[in-house]
Amino acid sequence: MSEPRISRDDVAHLAGLARIDLSEAELDRLGAELPSILGYVAEVQAVAGDDVEAMSHPIPVRNVFRPDVPTPSLAPADALAGAPASEDDKFLVPQILGED
Amino acid sequence: MTETLVPLDEALDRYDPVMGLEVHVELNTATKMFCGCSTTFGAPPNTQVCPVCLALPGALPVVNEKAVESAIRIGLALNCEIAELSRFARKNYFYPDMPKNFQTSQYDEPIAFDGYLDIEVDGETYRIEIERAHMEEDTGKATHVGGSTGRIHGADHSLIDYNRAGIPLIEIVTRTIEVPGEKAAAVARAYVSTLRDLVGGLGVSDVRMDQGSLRADVNLSLKPKGSDVLGTRSETKNVNSFRSVERAVKFEITRHAGILDAGGSVLQETRHFHEDTGTTSSGREKSDADDYRYFPEPDLAPVAPSREWVEELRTTLPEPPAVRRARLQGEWGFSDLDMRDTVGAGALELVVATIEAGTTPQAAKKWWLGELARRANETGVDLDALPITPQVVAQIQGLIDAGRVNDKLARQVFDGVLAGEGTPDEVVAGRGLEVVSDEGALGAAVDQAIADNPDVAQKIRDGKVAAAGALIGAVMKQMRGQADAARVRELVLEKLG
Repeated sequence: MSEPRISRDDVAHLAGLARIDLSEAELDRLGAELPSILGYVAEVQAVAGDDVEAMSHPIPVRNVFRPDVPTPSLAPADALAGAPASEDDKFLVPQILGED
Repeated sequence: MTETLVPLDEALDRYDPVMGLEVHVELNTATKMFCGCSTTFGAPPNTQVCPVCLALPGALPVVNEKAVESAIRIGLALNCEIAELSRFARKNYFYPDMPKNFQTSQYDEPIAFDGYLDIEVDGETYRIEIERAHMEEDTGKATHVGGSTGRIHGADHSLIDYNRAGIPLIEIVTRTIEVPGEKAAAVARAYVSTLRDLVGGLGVSDVRMDQGSLRADVNLSLKPKGSDVLGTRSETKNVNSFRSVERAVKFEITRHAGILDAGGSVLQETRHFHEDTGTTSSGREKSDADDYRYFPEPDLAPVAPSREWVEELRTTLPEPPAVRRARLQGEWGFSDLDMRDTVGAGALELVVATIEAGTTPQAAKKWWLGELARRANETGVDLDALPITPQVVAQIQGLIDAGRVNDKLARQVFDGVLAGEGTPDEVVAGRGLEVVSDEGALGAAVDQAIADNPDVAQKIRDGKVAAAGALIGAVMKQMRGQADAARVRELVLEKLG
């Protein structure tokens, strides 16, 4: 079957949404490689007929609930241990928006 | 950019508003939506976080059953269908208020859909159609540091507290609302207010707009009269009082009309409402970044509430708002107009609570719709945001009933309580407001008034009882208002009878 089309612009758009900085060469390469991945998905889609229900979970479980009872949280020091920077027990993140 | 605003009535001559309202309700569960972290408000930063709500690798979220139950009850109260199968979805975006880089929400399979809520404005009923009510999670709280104003623009860096991240939210979305333009703002306000009372009645949320547990987004567009072409809409976010909902609608109508009249086109954008000026300003324009690439959440099993569970929850619903209002009106002996005024002022729950605290319905209505409504209006806040509770209102009425203050003094007690001078008793003591019940002092004042006004006294002796008012006034003046007028009248008539 023919591979789904995905343009170089599509790749650039997706990279932008995913905050991935791709070089011109990478855009070219991924523009060529991604369609083959989508091709595999298309094959699965072709096999699954209308009688096969779409799945969002690998095993057919439903209603996995937890009672509304508090459990211990992390100590702030542990919570912040993996953060590149922190201040006053808060996560420090770089400037979110520029001046405009 | 300077905007030309068209006066509201002129705008409504030429355009019809089309609205949509999105309300976020923060549930009052003990734990978060997908983990066991506590939801207690005001805890020190990042003390209510765990691997799940911090999105650490390998953490597995599990749905809070109570939150699902609350969502279903809200759905049922809004006359919605409850989904037989409902799924969570990831709403992908990059912003540090969510450490996961997505918000767990629901997309095309919400827990509740296709409902309605009937609301009343000026005695007319409007049916607001509900498109959906879905479950999602709140975000963390960012503090912007280094900018001059604490705003995000110009900030040097931001500090994030994730205690709020993951607290269960129910987002309730209306279908488009098209009502006569002059009613639009009042309808929007009444919808949010009625929804607040309804959800509050279910006991599933604190529903405090001033504290952020109920937040409204107002979407609005205009279409030229006689046209079927929808205009571009603006989305005014986090409008946090009923009054602001009304003002935001009015402002956006005048702003859109100004742009359209000038031949311009409205930008599809997020806008921020400013309480102080009653205006909105541009937030951010819709962009590529709003492509959220929703997809089903693979870490959470679908929710498939059994019909038995749904029906069991239906039996726990309080009586519907319209039925309840009719019952209360009957119990209180209110006229249709009394009831309409009470509901319209957003005072229904306050009056209920004041009566429960011991006053008569008439007294509760008198204070909330009179003195307190006037003060709320003067300070530009909703009634329930005034720093006074129904219990305190009932205490002040109690002082009147006990003869310790009269109506006029009671107003000063309200002044003191609202100014933070303490309890009603403390205000009475602090300001020396108690009525003079010393019979000797009263009697002396009455004698003095009679001596000062011999003509009036003679008229009363001749049987013109109506003239007593002048003497009572003189006594009250002498007592600086701190006397029981009824007792003064008795004394006057005794002495001259």
